[in-house]
Amino acid sequence: MSTILTIREQMVQVAREHGKTLAPLNDDLMLADCGLDSLGFAVLVARLEDALGVDPFSAAEDAIFPQTFGDFVKAYENGAR
Amino acid sequence: MAHAEALSLRHHVAKAPPAQFFRDRGGAFRVGDLNRGTSLGDGLADLSGRSVLLATASQLTTALALIELDGHARRIVVLPPDVEADHLGAVIAAAEIDAVVIDGGSPRCAAFDGAVRVGCVPSMLPLAQGPPVRLRTEWVLLTSGTTGVPKMVSHDLAGLTAAIRAKSPAEGATVWGTFYDIRRYGGLQFFFRAVLGGASLILSDAGEPVADHLARLGRHGVTHLSGTPSHWRRALMHPAIRGVAPRYVRLSGEIADQAILDGLRAVFPHASIAHAYASTEAGVAFEVNDGLAGFPVGFVGPPRDGVEMKVCSDGSLCVRSLRTAARYVGSEQPLADADGFVDTGDIVERRGERYYFVGRKGGIINIGGLKVHPEEIEAVINRHPQVRMSLVRPKPSPITGAVAVAEVVLKSGREDAAARKIQLRDEILRLCRDTLPRHKIPAAISFVPSLAVAATGKLARRRA
Repeated sequence: MSTILTIREQMVQVAREHGKTLAPLNDDLMLADCGLDSLGFAVLVARLEDALGVDPFSAAEDAIFPQTFGDFVKAYENGAR
Repeated sequence: MAHAEALSLRHHVAKAPPAQFFRDRGGAFRVGDLNRGTSLGDGLADLSGRSVLLATASQLTTALALIELDGHARRIVVLPPDVEADHLGAVIAAAEIDAVVIDGGSPRCAAFDGAVRVGCVPSMLPLAQGPPVRLRTEWVLLTSGTTGVPKMVSHDLAGLTAAIRAKSPAEGATVWGTFYDIRRYGGLQFFFRAVLGGASLILSDAGEPVADHLARLGRHGVTHLSGTPSHWRRALMHPAIRGVAPRYVRLSGEIADQAILDGLRAVFPHASIAHAYASTEAGVAFEVNDGLAGFPVGFVGPPRDGVEMKVCSDGSLCVRSLRTAARYVGSEQPLADADGFVDTGDIVERRGERYYFVGRKGGIINIGGLKVHPEEIEAVINRHPQVRMSLVRPKPSPITGAVAVAEVVLKSGREDAAARKIQLRDEILRLCRDTLPRHKIPAAISFVPSLAVAATGKLARRRA
């Protein structure tokens, strides 16, 4: 499965588990508006580390958390390389 | 705290029944033979009045030396097998050790230089008469701290054995077995139960496969068997558990959740099943016999059976009793507060008419400012019928500081198919969602073949 599909699937799963409604996931969507709160994102990042074998936000010293969904996906695509 | 005059172990051994044996994996001794012999040879006389470090490698020689040294040595420091060699010097200095008892398996250690060294052997040499009991020996036990020099906790025989009730003659012959090592507080209780009760004792061996240990317990007809919930979960994974038929099953040392109590009830439908609460510092506080997790709220408040308990403002259980240790050796740190209460660091929570243990004060996971005890999540996961045991630990998170993740051991030994595992993971998550607030639901669940159990018998919790 591609990175972006895995991320989409996990976001849908976490949103469902946390009883949240997910906004349509396009590249320009601000993560702050996507429907997941910080606990939801913390769980998502932990799940994605299991699924993709990488946590781009803990790996680098100067990691900056992305602002849009597109940046979020890119961080994983770059991390997986 | 002062105790009434207690008999020495030798007084109990004087009445040892002929069939009372202590056994380990490789050997055995008849307890009554200590009335006519010694395992310490000519060294016995040299140990009189000394502060003795018991550095024996085998539990069998440990048991022999403990019986011979009580009332004879000034102080006995019992060394658990997993104390790091680097810490021995500090233990020896703080406890003013001037003699060391070793056996064939003890490591050579420069820290022992300068002390009288006496060898202990399971085969006894004849002795016309044992030395007179002339001292109230101080018993020093080490705590199981994960880092640093272990704390040395001072007890006396009266306090250590105060929780032990005389058995009724109708009970018949007792054979004690324990998964514990007797060189720590938890396991030492069963050495005392055997000595005071005229019972045989089957000792554990850290290197022995669980199935072999269970077979040995069965062969020697164990009637009373004790261990931590982790010990029991491990034992229940082996078909050999069917070969033992204890009348009395006891859990202590960790939280006994309903899943393990029910699991033991299913395997031993006719046994009495008890879970007990004790700590090296506080002593034995209580035991619960109704087969339910937690303990009745009535245990807290006015003293029961010589033990008084209260719940401190931070939720920690505090205990005051004559079984409490006197002090730490080699440290000025007070063991109890000004009123004599020992803070156990074990957090309890009241639900209805019972208190439940939820975890350790120091083991809290902080998830974005919300506090979680790993043990309360484990207790929920363990309720799934396919789960044997689980470990919840913090995983660093760039967003909330930490999240809780779970490692799970399944009951079925076989490797389940990946699809089945996804289904099980979803079932476990659903169980957690139905029971726990959102931040306590594990962020990830992984299936592992086994979980490490420390030398203390407790689940090994790595520090984050």
